[in-house]
Amino acid sequence: MRWEQEYLQPEELKALQIRRLKELVARVYERVPFYRRAMDERGVRPEHVKSLEDLKLLPITDKEILRQHYPFGMLAVPTSDILEIHVSSGTTGDPTVVAYTKHDIGLWSEVMARTIACAGGTKDDLIHNAYGYGLFTGGLGVHYGAIELGASVVPVSAGGTKRQIKLIQDFKPTILTCTPTYALYMAEEAREMDIDPRKTSLRIGIFGAEPWSEGMRREIEAAWDLLATDIYGLSEIIGPGVAQECPGQDGLHLWADHFLPEVLDPDSLEPVGEGEDGMLVLTTLTKEGMPLLRYATRDIVSITYEPCPHCGRTMPRISKIKGRTDDMLIIRGVNVFPSQIESVLMGIDEVQPHYQLVVTREKGLDELEVWVEVEERLFSDEVRALEALEEKIRSEIEGVLGLTVKVKLVEPKTIERSIGKAKRVIDKRRI
Amino acid sequence: MTAKQLSIFLENRSGRLHEVTDVLGRAGINIRALSLADTSDFGILRLIVDKPDEAYRILRNSGFTVRESDVLAVEVSDQPGGLAKVLEIFRNGGINVEYMYAFVEKSGKNAIVIFRTEDISRSSNLLSEHGVSQIEGEKLYKM
Ligand SMILES: [Zn+2]
Repeated sequence: MRWEQEYLQPEELKALQIRRLKELVARVYERVPFYRRAMDERGVRPEHVKSLEDLKLLPITDKEILRQHYPFGMLAVPTSDILEIHVSSGTTGDPTVVAYTKHDIGLWSEVMARTIACAGGTKDDLIHNAYGYGLFTGGLGVHYGAIELGASVVPVSAGGTKRQIKLIQDFKPTILTCTPTYALYMAEEAREMDIDPRKTSLRIGIFGAEPWSEGMRREIEAAWDLLATDIYGLSEIIGPGVAQECPGQDGLHLWADHFLPEVLDPDSLEPVGEGEDGMLVLTTLTKEGMPLLRYATRDIVSITYEPCPHCGRTMPRISKIKGRTDDMLIIRGVNVFPSQIESVLMGIDEVQPHYQLVVTREKGLDELEVWVEVEERLFSDEVRALEALEEKIRSEIEGVLGLTVKVKLVEPKTIERSIGKAKRVIDKRRI
Repeated sequence: MTAKQLSIFLENRSGRLHEVTDVLGRAGINIRALSLADTSDFGILRLIVDKPDEAYRILRNSGFTVRESDVLAVEVSDQPGGLAKVLEIFRNGGINVEYMYAFVEKSGKNAIVIFRTEDISRSSNLLSEHGVSQIEGEKLYKM
């Protein structure tokens, strides 16, 4: 299936976006008290928005604002028009709510169908969907997209790993959808059951809901012998289905006919240049139930507007998520993203990415410890060889971060495994 | 003429050594010799047991990082200079000893020392040429 809007010329896309943006701004000004107040405070009226450059006139929406309006304060429709409600995982305080009208469920189905197709899926594929079903949007998002595309879907949800592996063997699915850490975990479990994950029928993986590195991609592709693609989305915007890699694995195609992207400096909120790192900010151009202006995702990406050399789509492409503005650790004044450490570990031959960063503060000085699990293939019977491994990891991380760190080798399964999102950082600092 | 040894990666956390011996004990596996090499962070526990293949499987299934390697069980005369004589054979043969430790039982009047060297088969031949006897795995496990 081909969606022509993914191949619009830049001027055509811009025209579509601005038309939709004007309609959206008028609608939220009229129907969402928060936006009316925020725009009035800035002296901005809907008719002031004439071009995409006028986006900067509009207020930023962040998670805190959604919390303050918990549960239904941001709705732009009567609650009777809502068909489905999800709750986004909140690590602190009130969760945030997302509500979908019938139109929004149709939108979600469309962007997810486009997402699966972009990864290389067709109506002939069977999707083993191991994203969690429930309040988390991952499971149902993939589900709606699969149905829209006409593919088959097994709603296996997360957990029950041994049963998942049995179903993969019995049903012979061709697409696997889950978090990247769970894909690795499942491969490990399969091997423990004496099943070779490379020999399964899976050909494509659509992995997301947490940041993962290129190294981890190679690891998953080798473990399962499939094409591992990255999916991006977040509940507040729609759920999964905001952006997706094509088989070229060269940036994620962002469905900008529905979600208008900006990449801003996280501190100044000024736009950064094409190709530069900044925070992704999204405006939901066509959502009805809970449309958002300039939602601050806290995800760090870069963006390019060059057409994709692999598939020809003209939608803007974002990089893999390079970190979260709130995952970013500041250690002795240096910005550290867990993804940097992950790429070092993956560069060292055969280290599986089971690691954890432990930050402590001793006598006012921050210490970063990197815990790495010693898998069987890394294990040497000689103390010297293990000490050399520790030293190699330490010096390479120090090279990348410009910070002294301590590396600790730990026994396998010491680091908590996740079925949902990986806990990569333990910050024990009392600041 | 080699014997199988199991090496286990251990963090230096209290109780881990006990957990290994406990897992093996409950499976009815006897530890015949044991040595622990450790640093401030981690340790490597080396074991000779009566049923090495079974012990390997059990430890692995219990979540330990285990490796099997070949070692030599060498009969060393239990008198002054006995060990020095064996070490001299290795030195003259240009073989590095990575580590060694004592076996609990004796073989008649001789002590048994477990050796790990960089070239196990050459080491074994060299000792045989010099009339130093070694105990084959199957026999060692049952001593
Ligand atoms: Zn492409």
